Amino acid sequence: MVMTSEQRVEATEIAGKGRSPWADARRRFFRNKAALMGLVILGFVVAFALFGNSLAQWSNEELDYNVMGQIVELGGPSIESGHYFGTDDLGRDLFARTVQGTQISLAVGLVGALIACIVGTLYGAVAGYFGGRTDSIMMRLVDIFMAVPYMFVLILLLVMYGRSITILFAGVGLISWMEMARIVRGQTLTIKGREFVEAARATGVSAPVIILRHIVPNLLGVIAVYATLLVPLMILTESFISFLGLGVQEPLTSLGALISEGAGTIAYGTTWQLGFPLLFFCLTLFGLFFIGDGLRDALDPKDR
Amino acid sequence: MSPLLSVRDLHVKFPITRAGDMPWTKPRFLHAVNGVSFDLEPGKTLGVVGESGCGKSTLARGLIQMVPATGQVKWRGETDLLSLSPRQIKPYRSEIQMVFQDPLASLNPRMTLGQIIAEPLRTHRPEVSGKERRARVAQMMERVGLLPQMINRYPHEFSGGQCQRIGIARALIVEPKLLICDEPVSALDVSIQAQVIELLKELQRDLGLAMIFIAHDLSVVKNISDEVMVLYLGRVMEKAPKALLYDNPQHPYTQALLSAVPIPDPVAERAKQIVPMTGDMPSPMNPPSGCVFRGRCPRAQADCAEVVPQPDDDLHRVACIHPGPMRDSELAQHAAG
Ligand SMILES: Nc1ncnc2c1ncn2[C@@H]1O[C@H](COP(=O)(O)OP(=O)(O)OP(=O)(O)O)[C@@H](O)[C@H]1O
Ligand code: SF4
Ligand SMILES: [Mg+2]
Repeated sequence: MVMTSEQRVEATEIAGKGRSPWADARRRFFRNKAALMGLVILGFVVAFALFGNSLAQWSNEELDYNVMGQIVELGGPSIESGHYFGTDDLGRDLFARTVQGTQISLAVGLVGALIACIVGTLYGAVAGYFGGRTDSIMMRLVDIFMAVPYMFVLILLLVMYGRSITILFAGVGLISWMEMARIVRGQTLTIKGREFVEAARATGVSAPVIILRHIVPNLLGVIAVYATLLVPLMILTESFISFLGLGVQEPLTSLGALISEGAGTIAYGTTWQLGFPLLFFCLTLFGLFFIGDGLRDALDPKDR
Repeated sequence: MSPLLSVRDLHVKFPITRAGDMPWTKPRFLHAVNGVSFDLEPGKTLGVVGESGCGKSTLARGLIQMVPATGQVKWRGETDLLSLSPRQIKPYRSEIQMVFQDPLASLNPRMTLGQIIAEPLRTHRPEVSGKERRARVAQMMERVGLLPQMINRYPHEFSGGQCQRIGIARALIVEPKLLICDEPVSALDVSIQAQVIELLKELQRDLGLAMIFIAHDLSVVKNISDEVMVLYLGRVMEKAPKALLYDNPQHPYTQALLSAVPIPDPVAERAKQIVPMTGDMPSPMNPPSGCVFRGRCPRAQADCAEVVPQPDDDLHRVACIHPGPMRDSELAQHAAG
């Protein structure tokens, strides 16, 4: 076989590892200033959640008897007392509690989004790939689930089984996969009409393998973008439940619970009790939204 | 020699549902392939030619059960492929492989070249070890003119011609007996077209492959085919060994297609008869009665609307009730009218 000149040129200039579509997307992502800023913000919040405890002078459960009863005068943020973010109404260190709350909020967001990604992707891809009656039944089922007021169900679950973090994870995950399933199904419908899927079918690749090897990898862009938007949604849901007083149980806390407490005491002038949790809450949301936006642009360059 | 593939009276119909149809309204059917029959000997090539939308791809997909078809598709004179369940047909999918029209779109953008070429092997010979598989992929890449160091690259880094080589390597790695090429060169530059066709011919000779080679113009299949079949609105208009069809076309549609092929020699090009063909192909949803070509045929007469031409000669099949070479009077008459 004689090589064409075209092949020879390519052979000399590109030997070795391929430039994957992911590498291209990564390059575009890192060129996006806003996305990069989002990444830095989120990195800061995550580092705060992971390592903040080693900076804290107090644990999140200890009561500081020196400030008790005089929170407004003595409980404010100060370096000497070791309460960098001040104390809460009971005299507990707000820095340690914010670290702890950030951990819980991030965990709820991540677990919810993860469940949504796995369950929603598989469900949507199966419905979309098989199409026909399977698709109709599966998607009608989602419609029915979606018509149920999920907040009500979640609150009912928390009341029935007691307030536990497992129920919270399960509940948040349970509601989050459905929108994902719809999005994934729509995308699957377009991908399954592409020629490479037909090529795989023509060689006799089985349906589960086609879904996992050909459909899902081509959906990862959409999934990644939607997941980064889901994490804040999950955090918001948890915060709302905590705000209602049904979230995680003391001494554990979440950003939503802290904001709720802070909002309750704002009238006494303890602004830091609302300010610091709110700051971390907003930083997390901003970071994730910017990253989501950047991912969308990086993964679908045609879309702009 | 018994034919490798023997197709009798193949039909493919698509139910067409319009928006607003009630569930109980009877669907209308689009008859995309209508009574196609042919035999294909091992190692031979059948060229299939027709305008866009005449059912070439659907014919190919019907043969291998990618769309529901009726009729008979006998493989090696034994098995009727159309009677098999999806599970039963799987072993035959390695014996019949396909090459697609759009070289880049037929490759998964998230898989490397090595993974793409290995896929049929992984599917049909899972017992082959990873090492052996890589060796076979490398060998096949070399065979189709791809360099071994390209194995970890992704499809978007290659030109159309190279992508089509990847598609050919993928099809041949399981050593099929029949290769169906659905317009394998239509999307390529003319200079690259010739290279890919040469490659296919060379591989066919070395591997003893039978081929069904689909194209939308007669010049592309001339080089590679042993027999040529001309399709129009899902029906066979003319089918003959290559020499007969090109030198002595009997059907007005074939004549029109042939006269549209440019001849490189300018003198011959000017002397060439131009057989006129008016209008566009009618919608396959409501084909004309009688001969489906009559709306565009320069020789159409009253009886063409009544009788559906039923060709009987198996060597040179012509679906026309007034076959024969185009007469000068007809050409002149049509030009005037
Ligand atoms: N899945 C389908 N459902 C309904 N109609 C279809 C389907 N696939 C093809 N058709 C119709 O069948 C007819 C033949 O289509 P086909 O793709 O086989 O044409 P073709 O000869 O391959 O054309 P081209 O040269 O453009 O590839 C067309 O009218 C097309 O609209
Ligand atoms: S049957 Fe009549 S209309 Fe059809 S091709 Fe022959 S002459 Fe033309
Ligand atoms: Mg086609």
